Amino acid sequence: MIDRIASFGRSGTELVVSLGRASRFLAGVLWGVPRPATGFPLLLKQLYSVGVLSLAIIVVSGLFIGMVLGLQGYTILSDFGSEAAIGQMIALTLVRELGPVVTALLFAGRAGSALTAEIGLMKATEQLSSMEMMGVDPLRRVIAPRLWAGFIAMPVLAIIFSMVGIWGGMLVGVEWLGVFEGSYWGNMQASVDFWDDVVNGVIKSVVFGFVCAWIAVYQGYDCVPTSAGISSATTKTVVYSSLAVLGLDFVLTAVMFGNF
Amino acid sequence: MKQRTTDIAVGLFMLAGLAALLFLALQVSGLSPKSAESTYTIYADFNDTGGLTPRGKVSMAGVTIGSIDAITLDTETFQARVAMSINANIDNIPADSAAVIRTSGLLGEQYIDISIGGDMESLAPGDTFYSTQSAMNIERLISNFASGK
Repeated sequence: MIDRIASFGRSGTELVVSLGRASRFLAGVLWGVPRPATGFPLLLKQLYSVGVLSLAIIVVSGLFIGMVLGLQGYTILSDFGSEAAIGQMIALTLVRELGPVVTALLFAGRAGSALTAEIGLMKATEQLSSMEMMGVDPLRRVIAPRLWAGFIAMPVLAIIFSMVGIWGGMLVGVEWLGVFEGSYWGNMQASVDFWDDVVNGVIKSVVFGFVCAWIAVYQGYDCVPTSAGISSATTKTVVYSSLAVLGLDFVLTAVMFGNF
Repeated sequence: MKQRTTDIAVGLFMLAGLAALLFLALQVSGLSPKSAESTYTIYADFNDTGGLTPRGKVSMAGVTIGSIDAITLDTETFQARVAMSINANIDNIPADSAAVIRTSGLLGEQYIDISIGGDMESLAPGDTFYSTQSAMNIERLISNFASGK
């Protein structure tokens, strides 16, 4: 019994310790801003692997989510004879909620896990410590470009996701189910506000991108340098990122849209 | 060469993001480049605003000419005071026009419709509508009908 209480307390302390380490790590990364001349090519390379290579999964899922929203929305709205509101429904759901959140979840699975595994393997094969031996700061050379790449790529991916989803909703609603195209776009433009909806969605995705990238690189950097350690760090990245995204989404939504 | 293809791919990626943002701004939210149009504010007092909400539209003859800014309660008269901003190019609303709360469709959202008066003078910025008509409330209609009023 005492043991159980003790282990409960220990896990609490562990949590606080790892949170503190993660924050110190973040401060170290942000402090060590890479020099533009050497840092920019590194950042571009990471943007390619984190952003460009994630594009396919984002576009395909965006298309299908938009199409499903179109089908589901049509079924419900046609009960009330207001199919014309389908554009408004699809656009608001995607821009405010699904765009940032689903993109962040996919991003954590596709790019975050890869970041963790890559950095973890670098640590296990002692590439990071040999860099330190050569006088190269691994935080600056390896971690910072990856963190910034995730931070920059995530909003871009979320915006593309929303756009493709709205287009997919139009394919189903207008081309297939026969909603009048003018009312699809017209209702959408009447109800979506650029600053309140689109920009708030982008702010959400910026926050999610930052959190996902931070968790991914920290878990990689902090992993136990064995194959089992890398695999558990990769799992943790996906689990923690998803939980953080969903929890933060509630907080952000309450702040942005909850002023009733 | 490899570095160059990466550069091009990342450049195209960022361009695609920018294009998508432009699409969301122009096509989805209907933000027109000249949307910083100047407006002026006029007020209307209602006994009952029903389901009227800020950002709702203000229309005249079915054409949207402005939007609702804020709905507050006047604590002296206990009426709802609605502030609406009207496009500056509609500057000749007759002073005896009435602000009427209407519903678009049977279940649609409520908006303010301005029915035109015949006065030669027009409403100036900051003015208040002289006559208003509150939201139609089906429960009140039924109870009036039942009590024979």
